[in-house]
Amino acid sequence: MIRVTLPVLLTSVVGFLLVAAFFFRGLNRVNSDLSEYFNIIAAVAFILGGGNLLRMHLDKVQRRRPGWTYSIVTVVAFLFTLIAGLFKVGNSQGWTGPVEAQGSWFNFAYDAMFNPLQATMFSLLAFFVASASYRAFRARNVEATLLLVAALIILLGRTFVGAFLTSWLPQPLQFLSIPNLSNWIMSTVNLAGARAIIIGIGLGVISTSLKIILGIERSYLGGRES
Amino acid sequence: MRQIWKNPRFLLVLLALVIALVLLVLGPRAILNFDRRHTNLFVVLLIVGGAILFYTFRAQSGVKYFIRKIAGIAAIEEAIGRATEMGRPVLYVAGTQDLDNVQTVAGITILSSVAKRVAEYDVHLEMPTSRSLVMTTARETAKEAYLAAGRPDAFNEEHIYYVTDEQFGFVAYVNGYMVRQRPATCIYMGAFFAESLIFAETGHSIGAVQIAGTAQPQQLPFFVAACDYTLIGEELFATSAYLSQDPKLLGSLRGQDFGKAFAMLFILLGSILATLALLTQSDVLTQLSHWLQGLFTIKSS
Repeated sequence: MIRVTLPVLLTSVVGFLLVAAFFFRGLNRVNSDLSEYFNIIAAVAFILGGGNLLRMHLDKVQRRRPGWTYSIVTVVAFLFTLIAGLFKVGNSQGWTGPVEAQGSWFNFAYDAMFNPLQATMFSLLAFFVASASYRAFRARNVEATLLLVAALIILLGRTFVGAFLTSWLPQPLQFLSIPNLSNWIMSTVNLAGARAIIIGIGLGVISTSLKIILGIERSYLGGRES
Repeated sequence: MRQIWKNPRFLLVLLALVIALVLLVLGPRAILNFDRRHTNLFVVLLIVGGAILFYTFRAQSGVKYFIRKIAGIAAIEEAIGRATEMGRPVLYVAGTQDLDNVQTVAGITILSSVAKRVAEYDVHLEMPTSRSLVMTTARETAKEAYLAAGRPDAFNEEHIYYVTDEQFGFVAYVNGYMVRQRPATCIYMGAFFAESLIFAETGHSIGAVQIAGTAQPQQLPFFVAACDYTLIGEELFATSAYLSQDPKLLGSLRGQDFGKAFAMLFILLGSILATLALLTQSDVLTQLSHWLQGLFTIKSS
């Protein structure tokens, strides 16, 4: 009973309260307060997550499993960031200063190591977009050809090349210029399709939320009835 | 149809809806200060929510509903079977957001069905998470699923673990895992952002069968381009019903269809009115068109 009924009951009460908070001004604070509670729970859960991370990697190092040397890097980086941030090491403003103050070890780790690494991962996206586009935009049938043409117009329309290629068009035919065609595809054809998907998503969100609030959907509890 | 009126749960919900409506009509300011800017949204919520509940409880009363075949969901079992034959793991990623995002919750509910199949097929399930709360919830969900499949001994909570909250740190780990362990099946269900294409392209490069589902409209094209199957938007929320074939959950899908029909009706009506107003330059039609548009506009403060 405690493992299923109590979570379902709590979910129902909090869910209804949050829905009511959107419509009733008197309950406005409930929304922000419950969000704060969520942040507190998430922060406490981080101890669990961080602890799990440490345990997993230390175990890997101890047992010399494949790739254990990378685990050493993970553990050292984790502990360094944790200590530098928690004790505000090198922080010119002392304990009361912001954790990301200039000159602090935490700030150094973030700017000199974390940010470049993050940017490296992000920049991989450019290459992946190219390879995925190459596969997706092959004119195998009518639909794929339409997709290819639309993609080509949008790609050209978003760069200076599109405007350059159709700059010779006379004023009455300017609506056929690549940048204008690109805008039309995005704001009419694409938006119509996107809105249909968004309406479906909205209904799906309402339905899922209602099912969870009313305890109809319990799969997240492992599917146990009671 | 008659049976539904005998369902105490349905009557309770109906009573709550009627009370809410009465409160709204009688001047609720004195009680809770109803925000009248959201009246239109409140009425739409009552209609759509009421329809979803009606069909859910109707299904509970024994009425059967048909659900069309969704290729992406049907492929999940096949993909798990493939992983079993190849003796390689199944990778499951429930997005990069926390549990306050309904897509993550949908991802966890799908995990329940996936974990049951994985337990039955006796294949290795690997699930890195980017949030601690998702990790603890996913562990509980998978544990119960293994128990329901009669294989509690096969569950190892170490296979569901926390990596990092940072988006690209998580991406780096998952990509590294894919390239080193070469999972036979990769399932991505939840909220994804820029990482969607990085995951999907890496999965494609290792030859994995990939099934993705997200309600992030901007990320859908990436998944469609790079994955074998993609659950588009609302299909993500229908997966749990499809996999479990629970009549109550299937009934809620019928309610969603009612909501779609409701939206289509007003879109059509609005389009006709706006077109006629433009063609005839009639003030009455223009005002009517604006009024209709206002009915579905969210007014901010």
